[in-house]
Amino acid sequence: MTFFFEVLIGGLLSGVLYALVALGFVLIFKASGVFNFAQGAMVFFAALTFVGFTEVLPGWTGLEEGGSAVFWLAFVLALGAMIVLGIATEKVVLRPLVNQPPITLFMATIGLTFLVEGIAQGLWGAAVRGLSLGIEDEPVMWILDRFEMIISKFDVIAAAVALVLFVLLAALFQYTKVGRALRAVADDHQAALSVGIPLKHIWAIVWGVAGFVALVAGLIWGARNGVQFALTFTALKALPVLILGGFTSVPGAILGGLIIGASEKLGEVYIGPYMGGGIDSWFPYMLALLFLLVRPEGLFGEKHIDRV
Amino acid sequence: MQFKKSLMLGAAVAGLAVTGYAAAAEQYIGLPTYRVGAYAAGGTGLFGGWIDYMTMVNERDGGVNGLKLVWEECETEYNNARGVECYERMKKGGTTGNTVFQPLSTGITYSVLDRVANDKIPLVTMGYGRTDAADGRVFPWVFPLITTYWSQSTAKIKFIGMKEGGMDKLKGKKIVNIYHDSAYGKETIPVLDAQAKQYGFEVIHIAVAHPGNEQQSQWLRVRQEKPDWVILRGWGVMNPTAIRTAARTGFPRDKIVGVWWSGSEEDVIPAGDGAKGYIAAGFNVAGTDFPVIKEIQKYVYAKNMGNMEDKSRVGSVLYNRGVVHGIVTLEAIRTAQTKFGTGKALTGEQVRWGFENLNITDERLKELGASGFLPPLATSCMNHEGSGKVKFQQWDGAKWKVITDWIDSDQALVRPMIEESAAKYAAEKGITPRDCSKEM
Repeated sequence: MTFFFEVLIGGLLSGVLYALVALGFVLIFKASGVFNFAQGAMVFFAALTFVGFTEVLPGWTGLEEGGSAVFWLAFVLALGAMIVLGIATEKVVLRPLVNQPPITLFMATIGLTFLVEGIAQGLWGAAVRGLSLGIEDEPVMWILDRFEMIISKFDVIAAAVALVLFVLLAALFQYTKVGRALRAVADDHQAALSVGIPLKHIWAIVWGVAGFVALVAGLIWGARNGVQFALTFTALKALPVLILGGFTSVPGAILGGLIIGASEKLGEVYIGPYMGGGIDSWFPYMLALLFLLVRPEGLFGEKHIDRV
Repeated sequence: MQFKKSLMLGAAVAGLAVTGYAAAAEQYIGLPTYRVGAYAAGGTGLFGGWIDYMTMVNERDGGVNGLKLVWEECETEYNNARGVECYERMKKGGTTGNTVFQPLSTGITYSVLDRVANDKIPLVTMGYGRTDAADGRVFPWVFPLITTYWSQSTAKIKFIGMKEGGMDKLKGKKIVNIYHDSAYGKETIPVLDAQAKQYGFEVIHIAVAHPGNEQQSQWLRVRQEKPDWVILRGWGVMNPTAIRTAARTGFPRDKIVGVWWSGSEEDVIPAGDGAKGYIAAGFNVAGTDFPVIKEIQKYVYAKNMGNMEDKSRVGSVLYNRGVVHGIVTLEAIRTAQTKFGTGKALTGEQVRWGFENLNITDERLKELGASGFLPPLATSCMNHEGSGKVKFQQWDGAKWKVITDWIDSDQALVRPMIEESAAKYAAEKGITPRDCSKEM
């Protein structure tokens, strides 16, 4: 039974990290109704830019290599780069496509993916980098001593950071003027414009916030697996979370992440050996599709009603 | 940037030939590189080393016995369709057409396998591709040189046996094989199963789905199984994730033995301190302390002609593997010149002969400044692998440290499997195997 709980808790913690990537998708979908195919590329761009700055800043500024000053300066500069990327996306990619069908916007984000991936590698090179956030990836000794379970300290702290971010963003959407404007824009671009909501500002804000989320996700996933092109694949982990949790709900992303994370790990450990293993790539998708049969809008997604 | 530099260099070499040495022949080599996309980290290192070696030979010796080398890069992004496109685009390059195709991708290898025989271009797949192509009777145009996955797998078991105090000590041991859930990953399963039967150890195969950036469930299973050793047959991000997760679950890293695609700096640096002690096989070693690398630094980097943007990667595992590609390819050209003459560009068919009659001895390696850098190599019509030897390296937290001499593979086990598989392929494709007694 201890082993079952070890797998379950590890899965839940991984699920929070999947939800963190899913959150970037949710933010942009809520504000613009666009499924941002480039979210994985943004995670890669953010992490690579951060690491790139940590490499060049000591030479530029004379600051101590690996010191906290370099870390925070690199974080601020990478965040700045993400905001610039967000604003540029709004100006160059989205604004010319206002009132176009969602599929057009979706296709534009596919193009954006290649562009962002290329710019990232063009600017900082293709080499794989390690990233240390100063958090040891070792078992929490208290849990190991009492329950003989290996639960990673890194995953616990990363999940806590992600949860704080979720709470802040949920509050932004629910209780602020900007949040209401975001939801109005998501509902209907033209209607929002007609009541005086500045569409371009709202989109710039939301792409900037999505960039911030991508940076946090990039740092956490980059510290886990290295800063490399494969960070773009983290988006694959977020898709079943979105299907399950709904594309427009922050709590849905969290709950979806928890369900997917836990079921993926339990499925691999308990069902995988009977099916040749390696089922965690498709098991979450199958689960999400089964769920869609019962609730097509996802756990917390908005029910789509067409009046005829 | 590097691509541009390479083009300029190639063009400069070609231009020099046109203006200064109008009559000098040039040997054209088409390079299907990947410098952007998911596998760019590996591609930039490997192709960088290869190009640097050719530049060094041009600069130092004026080419291979005076035959200048020119090359052209074509970006495949490790994509099969693009690989085929590059193959087609380059096959008519130079005066004689492309003389060797080395795609560094098993997928592209399979995609062009039937074309190379028609176009008479040798297909060289060093450390990847079809293992059974080592049977040159069935695959005259394909050269899985130095060592194949099957050979290497048997060398790994030998290494584990050595560590345990003898092959007889393997009886009753438990080995987990963590593999990338793909054709590449599954390729060694039959060999490991056969060896488990032969030596009496238990082998458990655990799959990791692509890309492998989350492996907690797999390593919890490893913890449950309590194996004596783990074999890591990973690819890309799967490698650092495996090593890091192993560290997290407390599995000793010096009991994990990786394949050569799990044994570069790119595989261990992201895993941080958790990678200390991890072991991997390799048919080349890392380091700059070899005369051949020093020559590259002297004739290429000192003249600012190097292909690597990040010079600190010179001497890395993948960079040095690129140098090995250069050495072996140029030795094949040199060998072909002994039969077909110097002073003119060779055709693909002639270079194929060179690849099939390679004899890179210890003495020759010493002359090349590459003693211990790669194993001695001798090919024939029957044997397109030529060596089968690997060394094992251990990561000390900052660099790879060689911990064994060249370890032989178990050809008594592997060769019959190769011949059986090649014969099956020949039957499927209606190929009549060559009679090697008539090939000279």
